[in-house]
Amino acid sequence: MMTFIYQLINGLQVGSIYALVALGYSMVYGIIMLLNFAHGDVIMIGAYTIWISITAMGLHPVLAVLMAVVICTLLGMFIEKVAYTPLRKSPRISLLITAIGVSMLLQNLAQIVFGANAQTIPSIVTAPNITVGSMQVSVTAVITIVVSILSMLGLTFLVQKTKMGKAMRAVSEDTEAAQLMGIHVNHTISFTFAIGSALAGIGAALYCCAYPQATPTMGSMLGLKAFVAAVLGGIGSIPGAMIGGFVIGIAEALVKAAGLSVWADGVVFAILIVVLLFKPTGLLGRTMNEKV
Amino acid sequence: MKKTIRIPMPVRYLINFALLAVLLLTGNFLVNIVDRYYAKVLMLIGINIILAVSLNIATGYLGQLPLGHAGFMSVGAYTCSIFVIRASFLTNYIGEAATFWLGLLLAGIVSALFGVIIGIPALRLRGDYLAIITLGFGEIIRVILLNIDSLLGFEFTYGASGLKNIPKNTTFLNVFVLVALTCALVHTMMKSRHGRAVLSIRENEIAAEACGIKTTYYKTLAFSVSAFFAGIAGGLYAGYLGILNPNTFGFMKSIEILVMVVLGGMGSMLGSVISATVLTVLPEALRGFSDYRMVTYSLLLIIVMIFKPTGLMGAYDFSLSRLLEKGINVMGGKKPVKKGDGAK
Repeated sequence: MMTFIYQLINGLQVGSIYALVALGYSMVYGIIMLLNFAHGDVIMIGAYTIWISITAMGLHPVLAVLMAVVICTLLGMFIEKVAYTPLRKSPRISLLITAIGVSMLLQNLAQIVFGANAQTIPSIVTAPNITVGSMQVSVTAVITIVVSILSMLGLTFLVQKTKMGKAMRAVSEDTEAAQLMGIHVNHTISFTFAIGSALAGIGAALYCCAYPQATPTMGSMLGLKAFVAAVLGGIGSIPGAMIGGFVIGIAEALVKAAGLSVWADGVVFAILIVVLLFKPTGLLGRTMNEKV
Repeated sequence: MKKTIRIPMPVRYLINFALLAVLLLTGNFLVNIVDRYYAKVLMLIGINIILAVSLNIATGYLGQLPLGHAGFMSVGAYTCSIFVIRASFLTNYIGEAATFWLGLLLAGIVSALFGVIIGIPALRLRGDYLAIITLGFGEIIRVILLNIDSLLGFEFTYGASGLKNIPKNTTFLNVFVLVALTCALVHTMMKSRHGRAVLSIRENEIAAEACGIKTTYYKTLAFSVSAFFAGIAGGLYAGYLGILNPNTFGFMKSIEILVMVVLGGMGSMLGSVISATVLTVLPEALRGFSDYRMVTYSLLLIIVMIFKPTGLMGAYDFSLSRLLEKGINVMGGKKPVKKGDGAK
């Protein structure tokens, strides 16, 4: 029972990282129908930013995290402007290939600049474990879950209550109609990328708490699983991304706890396939009409 | 109205056969005189051409976006090599080459079966959902190949340590013959009634269904034909490399094949052939600057996509006969045949 609860917390921790990353995929997909393969690599850049800030520049961990968020945001907007904007009118598959190209470019640049070996990131959170009754809960797990839930709430507020959020929903509903209503489509799309990439920066920080190392290819599997989480929950839906992330994280933790860690990736994709077969738009895909 | 000269059908076949024979002879001649390294690159080009042409059936002609092509390739590779290893007694009766050909055929059939099994559920979804579900299937195949031995106590795939000592039966000759066969079969299939049914699904699925085309049947057909050739390419790959590891056939391998198809132009066989060739040669040619070769590769990919989003060849397809007709007509002072009139 005890191990089960530990694994559950573990799963929630990993799951909330997946959920944060999944939101980035989900928002971008909602607004320009692009599977942004480079999103996972933005997280990788975020992790390296934290590593440089702490080890080379000697910044306080909190500042390092802020730095990562800023760099990720700028990088996300830059990628959108340079690589995706020229292709907005092209076939969607060309856009997809461009995203793959950007992803490969970032990975290989990182490999040249930082080397192929893993860099160890100093721990960001240094606090003793919390004792609840007879069990010890790690502070990083609590912080991860709390931060991601807060980000999720903030994002929901942004999308539902602010003017920019309304513009985002309008553009994802119908780009041309939104343009006719006087919404600045380019700004809105840039803003969406900025928010998604900022979340990726936060995700990078939380990921570094859980697995304190950075490698050039760390983003690809993380990104893939987060993307699966987004599809599982219903792409374009904020609560969907959260549920999808938690499902994937917990499933993975439980499979690993059962001693079948080599099957973990397989189980994740099997869950995805089963859900898509019975509910082709994901768990919350249909009920949420607003796609952002 | 001036009459333009058209080359009659049997002559067109003869021309194509002549071209193939010339290519085969020059290729075989080259393989014997050049370095072994170049011969290997030449074989790899052939394997990649089969992969790109086969994926082009599902992407270019059917209009879907499967991201699990490497999965089919791995099924074919493992089927072929396990067959060749386990059925080594056959070599006494029919010889090594024939066993390998049998293994390749088996690889194609088993892959096509997987194509049907995966295609029926996956093709119910559309667009990106199809992409992600085929990606899922591809990854599951990889995980199963990695771990099936330890789970069931078999000694078949040897998991992560890799299947070793596969007889290296792949030669330039059988790669070339299979490339030619694949291109010819895919081409004739796409020009047939079934091919037109597949194309109509790409253009408009609802309209196709309204015209009485069994969309599910044709989608599954195209998907499994695509898987069939991927399996054969996998078998060749196994015989080329001599060692197999499931992690070779990951998600990135599928992406690599997709890049070949899209870069060449979706639905253009010539495009697939050219871009498979270029994208195989390019990383080899850039080996000198090994650090920067992948950066160059990805930059090139982005730049081509930004400036030529439909791929290098667009939907254009090459026909030697058409070219000859044009030449004859121009020389005879006649108007060339309109583009698209002459089939290959």
